[in-house]
Amino acid sequence: MPTETAVVPTRSRRKPLFNWKDILFMSALPVLAMFAALLIGAVMLLLLKVNPLVAYAALIDGALGSTYSITQSLVKATPLLLVALGICIAFRASVLNIGGEGQIILGALMATWFSLQFRTWPGWLLVPTTITMGFLAGAFWGFVPGILKARLNVNEILSTIMMNFIALQLMNLLLRGPLMDPAGVQAGTFLAQSERLPVAVWLPRLVPQTMLHAGLLLAIFLAVVVYIFLWRTTIGYRIRAVGLNPHAARYAGINVPFNQALSLTLAGGFAGLAGVVEVIGVHHRLLEGITSGFGFSGIVAALFGGLHPLGAIPASYLFGSLLVGADKMQRAVQVPSALVDAIMGLVVLFVVGSALLSRRWAARRLAAAAKRQEVK
Amino acid sequence: MDHVFSTMVIVGILSSAIRLATPYLLASIGETFSQLSGVVNLGVDGIMLVGAYAAFFVALTTGNLWLGVLAALVAGLLMGLLMSVISVTLKAEQGISGIGLYMFGLGLSSLLFKVTIGTVKTIDGFQPIRIPLLGNIPIVGDIFFNNNVIVYIAFLLVPVAWWVLEKTTWGLRIKAAGQNPAAADSLGVNVNRVRYVSVCLGGMLAGLAGASLSLALVNLFQENLTAGMGFIAVALVYFGGWRPGGVLVGALLFSAVNAFQLWMQVLNVNIPSDVAVMLPYLLTIAALAFTKSRGNQPAGLNIPFERGES
Repeated sequence: MPTETAVVPTRSRRKPLFNWKDILFMSALPVLAMFAALLIGAVMLLLLKVNPLVAYAALIDGALGSTYSITQSLVKATPLLLVALGICIAFRASVLNIGGEGQIILGALMATWFSLQFRTWPGWLLVPTTITMGFLAGAFWGFVPGILKARLNVNEILSTIMMNFIALQLMNLLLRGPLMDPAGVQAGTFLAQSERLPVAVWLPRLVPQTMLHAGLLLAIFLAVVVYIFLWRTTIGYRIRAVGLNPHAARYAGINVPFNQALSLTLAGGFAGLAGVVEVIGVHHRLLEGITSGFGFSGIVAALFGGLHPLGAIPASYLFGSLLVGADKMQRAVQVPSALVDAIMGLVVLFVVGSALLSRRWAARRLAAAAKRQEVK
Repeated sequence: MDHVFSTMVIVGILSSAIRLATPYLLASIGETFSQLSGVVNLGVDGIMLVGAYAAFFVALTTGNLWLGVLAALVAGLLMGLLMSVISVTLKAEQGISGIGLYMFGLGLSSLLFKVTIGTVKTIDGFQPIRIPLLGNIPIVGDIFFNNNVIVYIAFLLVPVAWWVLEKTTWGLRIKAAGQNPAAADSLGVNVNRVRYVSVCLGGMLAGLAGASLSLALVNLFQENLTAGMGFIAVALVYFGGWRPGGVLVGALLFSAVNAFQLWMQVLNVNIPSDVAVMLPYLLTIAALAFTKSRGNQPAGLNIPFERGES
């Protein structure tokens, strides 16, 4: 993982806060990975006898062509960013949370149930409590694999994936039962969707006539919070220490299993928030397929942003716009949007594959720094 | 409830279990090789999807099922090669590269399916072959000896895998590369090559597992056909304690629960189907939590090998 670069001794109080050379190199790698993936995507399209230029032009047009497409990209970037923030915390602790999908579902389920249950509450009370409850529900879905890992050493990758399947079935069960829209039951359509949520819980729209909602501001605010949490608090420091070297962390008196479980719980909470904003910000009800695969694409955004909460902001926008562009591409030139899924998979492969290069870069800089020290 | 436990139903459940176990068995045995050599390949599900697509597409266009199987093997090999380059040569974090491989396989198979096939079509897959004599035994014959050829291949693979791992030099090399790569290296074993071969073999078997779905079990291809079976296959390796026999037990147990659940739905037994579908996943988590064979876990699992590091 790119986290190894943090091994470089940083007496950050004396040195400038940002080392531009490092930042440039670190951000060049994901960009190169993206280009390589797009190039392979183009080759695949050529083999399928599709003109890649036409496909990519439609994709870019769909992502950037109009105000609406840009706001739509931001709408998609919001849950991506929230999931990515959780992924940053978990992966920094070397805990691979693949359970985003399930955690999103739990957050969405809780937000739906809670806001319908307390529909008479005023907005100033209902919105924050709904958001908190959704966070807690997602956190619970992360806590279960977390405690299983801490207590019984259960591989968190597998348990979080199983939790995804369980959450999906739970949602199906509730959407076809207690949460099903009574109007649909009455009309005999039996659509698997919930009742429309009370208007009081709807997040305000930032731009009229678009879907862009205040959840984006919440996500960006939380990105800063997560940054402060990871780099400016003791708990955050412990979480990162566990990820960098669990053995050393243990000898330093850090409770490794506890911090791993904690990071997985927090990751679940953030993914839960993604579910909440989808429900109260975008759809205003719970629908099947509410996750839209954000649990996985959030991982891509987090990795692309160098597992840094602030890096995740532009990364989420990039992948949000890719997703929006992919829809447009599918509609305009009939190139399946699955192309973008494949490209995202390649981006993940190339980004983790290039971690070796950044490790070598870090080692070289370390050696150079040591040499300078000697000369002095 | 009487009809639930009639002979007919029990035979039905057991023979479904045998057929359902096939893809898990193939993929899990492949993953066992990969993990014993020290590489966790989480992309099994993606490889299965690409294999299932390749097999189905080739069988559909050529009309030859065996060419389809060959295509699945080649597709699995290529995916395994991709995983090896990223995880062995470039020493990437295996958990993440596996997820990347999964996403790539999911996207690629959906893309290819939509462009080249478009709508869900079915084919006549491999038909059951009744084995002479054994197949005529009442009940037992119906359950075990009246299956399609891929089922037989999958079950024969278990003793073959055991033999390769326990009785051949190659098996020893694979386990050495996973258990103590530095020691293996000092004894002249090319650790990275062993890992390449094991991951590619695992990829081929995962591809075959995909083919067993699209050519023998459901006889069609659609987007996300596997619906996460590959991840369960990975979990079964842990459950089986990295031993082919253990994997066999796990695969059978898991598919028996699944078959039971399916038959209960067919028979309209009154449990909500969503709860029933959850059962296997809950079982998998419980199995991961309470299996005590973790002592068999290869010590070098998940750790890229770097010469002269330790």
